[in-house]
Amino acid sequence: MKTKKVVMDGEGIDRSLTRIAYEILEENKGGRDLVIVGIREGGVFLAKRLREKISSIEGVDIPLGIIDITLYRDDIFASNKKPILGKTDIPFSLDHTKVVLVDDVLFTGRTIRAAMDALIDFGRPTLIQLAVLIDRGHRELPIRADFVGKNLPSALWEEVSVHIGATLTDTDEVVIEEG
Amino acid sequence: MKLILRGGRVIDPSQNIDAELDILVENGKIASLDNNISIREDDTNTITTLDCTNVIIVPGLIDMHTHLREPGHEYKETVPSGGNAAIAGGFTSIACMPNTNPVNDNRSVTEFILKQARYADTAHIYPVAAISKGSDGTILTEFGDLKNAGAVAFSDDGKPVTNSLLMRSALEYGYSLDMPIISHCEEISLSASGSMNEGFVSTLLGLKGIPAIAENIMVERDIALADYTNTSVHIAHVSTAGSVRAIREAKRRGIRVTAETAPHYFTLTEDAVREFSTNTKVYPPLRSANDLEAIKEGLKDGTIDVIASDHAPHSSIEKDVEFEYAASGIIGLETSLSLSLKLVDDGIISLNQLIEKMSTSPARILRIRKGTLAVGADADITVIDTHKKWTVNVNDFRSKSRNCPFHGWNLKGKSVITIVGGKIKHKEK
Amino acid sequence: MKLSKKDVLGMRDLSREEINLILDTAESFLEVSTRTIKKVPTLRGKTIINFFIEASTRTRTSFEIAGKRLSADTVNITATSSSMVKGETLTDTAKTLEAMNPDIIVIRHSAVGAPHMIARLIKQSIINAGDGAHEHPTQALLDMLTIRNEKGKIAGLKVAIVGDIAHSRVARSNIFGLTLMGAQVTVCGPAMMMPRYIEKMGVSVTYNMEEAIKDADIIMMLRIQLERQNENLFPSDREYAQYYCLTHRNIQRAKADVLVMHPGPINRGVEIAPDIADGVQSFILKQVTNGVAVRMALLYLLAGGE
Repeated sequence: MKTKKVVMDGEGIDRSLTRIAYEILEENKGGRDLVIVGIREGGVFLAKRLREKISSIEGVDIPLGIIDITLYRDDIFASNKKPILGKTDIPFSLDHTKVVLVDDVLFTGRTIRAAMDALIDFGRPTLIQLAVLIDRGHRELPIRADFVGKNLPSALWEEVSVHIGATLTDTDEVVIEEG
Repeated sequence: MKLILRGGRVIDPSQNIDAELDILVENGKIASLDNNISIREDDTNTITTLDCTNVIIVPGLIDMHTHLREPGHEYKETVPSGGNAAIAGGFTSIACMPNTNPVNDNRSVTEFILKQARYADTAHIYPVAAISKGSDGTILTEFGDLKNAGAVAFSDDGKPVTNSLLMRSALEYGYSLDMPIISHCEEISLSASGSMNEGFVSTLLGLKGIPAIAENIMVERDIALADYTNTSVHIAHVSTAGSVRAIREAKRRGIRVTAETAPHYFTLTEDAVREFSTNTKVYPPLRSANDLEAIKEGLKDGTIDVIASDHAPHSSIEKDVEFEYAASGIIGLETSLSLSLKLVDDGIISLNQLIEKMSTSPARILRIRKGTLAVGADADITVIDTHKKWTVNVNDFRSKSRNCPFHGWNLKGKSVITIVGGKIKHKEK
Repeated sequence: MKLSKKDVLGMRDLSREEINLILDTAESFLEVSTRTIKKVPTLRGKTIINFFIEASTRTRTSFEIAGKRLSADTVNITATSSSMVKGETLTDTAKTLEAMNPDIIVIRHSAVGAPHMIARLIKQSIINAGDGAHEHPTQALLDMLTIRNEKGKIAGLKVAIVGDIAHSRVARSNIFGLTLMGAQVTVCGPAMMMPRYIEKMGVSVTYNMEEAIKDADIIMMLRIQLERQNENLFPSDREYAQYYCLTHRNIQRAKADVLVMHPGPINRGVEIAPDIADGVQSFILKQVTNGVAVRMALLYLLAGGE
């Protein structure tokens, strides 16, 4: 039997995002040169919502990009199944920007490594910061998040998933399941 | 050397025999054909008895259309290797086409082939000589001299005789010498550079097609020539419904036309080409399902007199290449009988008709004293187990070549003993 | 997600799902070619051999660029002779290629079925870049990507393919692909250029250009090989152009938003009038751009993985 536990509800997620939005602005001393880039698939909605919060706090439109890291993965030939390739959409140069990468769950760090390699192909940002909703540990690379919604110690065999939409709904949740 | 074949079902269309009989062979001839032949006391030690219960005994099979490739292409086949393939396939006599190098268009080549055949001592080999010098369709060969040297027929097989005047002369001159003319029917301007039948499959594959009419037109021409000159003609490797129709009609009108087809034309269709296996590339090409049905119908109603293998050996050098560049040809000596027995199994022709088409008729058309088990005839005998199941494995073939599209096929019926001139040349283990 | 096959030899072998997968993937790859740094590391360390036994510049270049943008090492082997001329069998050729340990071999061959025969002999993935008059699957896929991007769909569209249907691998591959995806295809050309039983491939046949392009959403013009005059396939380029050239006059019969496509290289003034080739309805250059993305998609989907 799979056991499933809700570790964060919709309200909790939204409060975390609000806090992270303020932290990002505080850390970067405002929204100047700031761009948000969400990592497909899990980071896309989070990035959109984070960007809205930051934009409304600052009263300016913060640019939003979406990045697909499939082509930069280090495990692409690990199985004979190829990941479905998603579209990357960064319609602006990253030169001299402060990029906040957004993902749902930080785990081994390999996705973030791939995402940073991909970002560099779009220009030379002033800095890259990382915002995640959940940090579940078990890092395999020297990578650390700058902004964390919730630290969630987990076992390797457990599965952490974030279910959210483009806007706050009551089905939003973070669950931990035994795989 | 004496042989007695006991307890077999003897089928000999030349004598209208289909009965359980014993056959006694003495001095290379059929000495007796009777019920329960008794043997003298003093003979029991010197006579070999072959138990033929549950198998059939027929006059030695004759393949009137083979290519032995010697002289010139010995890496594909030789007179001995082709002869060995023949006896393994149940054939006691085979005729070999003249498209060797040099072409068999003069006495020395004919004599050479006969000399090789004597050394090989396998099946009887009957050379077919060329109609034209070099088979290039311009000047008639010396028919009289070639006949005298041992040729049994004339053909430019592999190429058509495009010049109608030359064909007319060949028919007239051949007829005057009582020698058959075997015609390879192909209208080159329609077939050139094609590599399979023109039809839906060639359209799908984008391969240049060879239309059925390339054959039909020439069959019609040869029939018209034979009719006009009041001679006879034998049509080689009939593959189309149109040819069958034309030959049937000609026979009905009393024109002396005979015809042969090869097992692949009633076994495979153009669909076999879809995987680009070059072993399915053959001339004429494998045709449509409609043509295949017409061939069967022609065999059934007697329009097609003969089944001949058109055994055409090629090595990997010619076959292991792009389909369009591959040589045409299928080897057939070792599969011909089994593939033809399927026609009997499927109720298309009777066993008697099959033996007619594979022994009696080719002997008659080639005017050779073969194809009979009559007392006094040469003891050329084939023993067939019509129930024996076997799997075609090209690596077991006696032929030097492997270009067979039936590799791996499960077939039923096989020759088990081949006796040539009273000697057991082949016996299945 | 994965293509269920080792090789991509023809549109005839692909399912609707596989075609959609390839087109979706290609769609994502379009963006890579618009970047400043047009290279992703995906196929780093993979070797792709472009084995071209028939003259071709655009297809070979397209495959080469596709491979390089994926960071693969691409090697071109070009020859005009067949294996026959060299005295080598096709098996020898195949085994030689295999022994170089490439990951993917892209084959263009003047002989029908050569890529299929090689694919059977060796373990590497083979992509057919055109075999005789048989198939040219990557061309059909890039055509379909172009159509899908411009029209938003393929099913239900009226497509006219005009030219030497009998000798065209582009026509065959497009017929297989487009009919499978639900388009209505009409083929058109002089009777001598129409292969037998073509209608059994699920297309309408006409010898009349205006009838073919009436209400068409897509017009695909095929290149006329002028040397085929010698085979009596058409009397002269002048007469051909009179009846089968796409001009500003006959194009009026097509839908107003018709897409004009051509696999290139074009014979201006023979099968297509210059003002049409350069006109707003022409997507000929877009096809070329999409070709790179389609080939990247195939290389990506076929590479590696056991």
